[in-house]
Amino acid sequence: MGSIFTVSILQSALELGCIYALVALALFISFTILNIADLSTDGCFTLGCAVCAMVTLAGHPVLGLLAATAAGICSGFVTAFLQTRMGVESILAGIIVNTGLYTINIAVMGFASNVNLFSCNTIFTIAREKLGGTWYKLAVILIIVLVIGALVALFLNTKLGLSIRATGDNVDMVRASSINPAFTITVGLCVANALTGLSGGILAQYQRSCDINLGTGMVTIALASLIIGETLIGKGSMFKRIIGVILGSCLYRFIVAVALRLNVPAESLKLVSAVIVAIAIAFPYLKKKAVFEKNKRKIMAERRKTASGREEK
Amino acid sequence: MLVLDHISKTFNPGTVNEKSALRDVSLSLEDGDFATIVGSNGAGKSTMFNAITGAFYVDQGSVILDGEDITFEKEYVRSKVIGHLFQDPLKGTAPHMTIEENMALAYLRASTANHAYFSRISASDKKKFREQLACLDMGLEDRMKQPVGLLSGGQRQALTLLMATMVTPKILLLDEHTAALDPATAEKVLKLTRQIVAERKITCLMVTHNMHQALELGNRTLMMHAGHIVFDVQGEQRNKMTVEDLLEQFSLHAGSDLDNDRILLSKDEN
Repeated sequence: MGSIFTVSILQSALELGCIYALVALALFISFTILNIADLSTDGCFTLGCAVCAMVTLAGHPVLGLLAATAAGICSGFVTAFLQTRMGVESILAGIIVNTGLYTINIAVMGFASNVNLFSCNTIFTIAREKLGGTWYKLAVILIIVLVIGALVALFLNTKLGLSIRATGDNVDMVRASSINPAFTITVGLCVANALTGLSGGILAQYQRSCDINLGTGMVTIALASLIIGETLIGKGSMFKRIIGVILGSCLYRFIVAVALRLNVPAESLKLVSAVIVAIAIAFPYLKKKAVFEKNKRKIMAERRKTASGREEK
Repeated sequence: MLVLDHISKTFNPGTVNEKSALRDVSLSLEDGDFATIVGSNGAGKSTMFNAITGAFYVDQGSVILDGEDITFEKEYVRSKVIGHLFQDPLKGTAPHMTIEENMALAYLRASTANHAYFSRISASDKKKFREQLACLDMGLEDRMKQPVGLLSGGQRQALTLLMATMVTPKILLLDEHTAALDPATAEKVLKLTRQIVAERKITCLMVTHNMHQALELGNRTLMMHAGHIVFDVQGEQRNKMTVEDLLEQFSLHAGSDLDNDRILLSKDEN
């Protein structure tokens, strides 16, 4: 087993885990808080990746990340606009935007299905020059994720953040508090998709390439991370829950890395992901059921004991 | 001051489910008026409230609050000056958020500046919320960090009442807000309602199925039937009225619809 848990596996799992944690955070906002299944996540992730790749290729790695975030905001705005101003069902709005983004993403990459960034500077090459060592990548990603996580936690505790949280909890109450739910949904989805776009942007620079199919299944993976995090940490303050989401994402990546080490062929990875997701989602339910069954058996056994005791008398 | 000027509302017009819920209803409430409303199920009481809050727009007529025509004003805009409590205690609060956070949201109505949205709940806000919760005498002031979902129905309804009146509304609509509570809790919430409404002279409309309550509370009683206001009494005439008189009026206007269990029950109770 020693060979499975090497430092390099742990390192790359943490790196990828932190990058994808931003998507999980995005779903934390849209799915957990706003109670909206935003299915544009896959396309939005690729959009961030493509936009960042092109700007980085032009020689501006930091600007690339900002552009990816801005692109995410635009995508989130369109999804929200369809839902709140056009009367489109929220799931449909996500699917529509996701479909449209495929063409936009290809167009961003100059009508190519992939782009390579091997010859240009990224935030990671800059960090290598400044920091050196082997942990510079993780350091950069960790700083970004922790700063973003703290900002999101702070934001969700402002009065606007409270309004967004209440929108997913009791929309009637939001209206009665003279807050426009259309506005809070729009802001919430813009923030969520900004994180998704940024995550895609960091990944483009991390793996030095962008592919049109990169985002496929992203929503499932992020959901798995989110649920693993909630299972681990449970409910609590916003800070605690956000830390849980980041940890969940890292743990998910670690499980995948171990699966790969166990010689699971790369083609089967999607199936492995699906199984992990299903287990992660089912786990809290099964745990509750197991506790109940155990109690039931104990109580029934005691009843049988007292019943047989009475008979003997 | 609230004026309903010949308002009408028909649901599902042109279909087999067509329902004329409000028919040419006119009502004028003076500042500080506290009117109770009775009427059988489907008489249009809640529909009238929803027409005032803007949950839908009326087909005809106009809604005027404090001299301002709000007929086509959006619901969330109107809610700045309208308080609305429902029979269901779950409707007025966000269950997964803390008492403090719920109150902060209700208190947003007080602020007009946009930058308030980016502020956090301040220490002075917390102090203010604490003082107001202490007035409820339910021990909620020591549970401000707990999610509202953990409170009982009565506690939630009391909290909702507090939130609806935190910023004094121009009109308070109470839609059977004690009907889902046990008698002792209902009495307590009712006492609170009376106290808050009297202290701040809030103009108030209250639906009730309790004939005794309808006469005892407030200064005016309305009776609705089939989308009309069929009876309107106040002043001397109202003071002299008994529950029997009111029931008589009811059978006069509602006729065969009198077999409304809840109203008959409330007669027995008193």
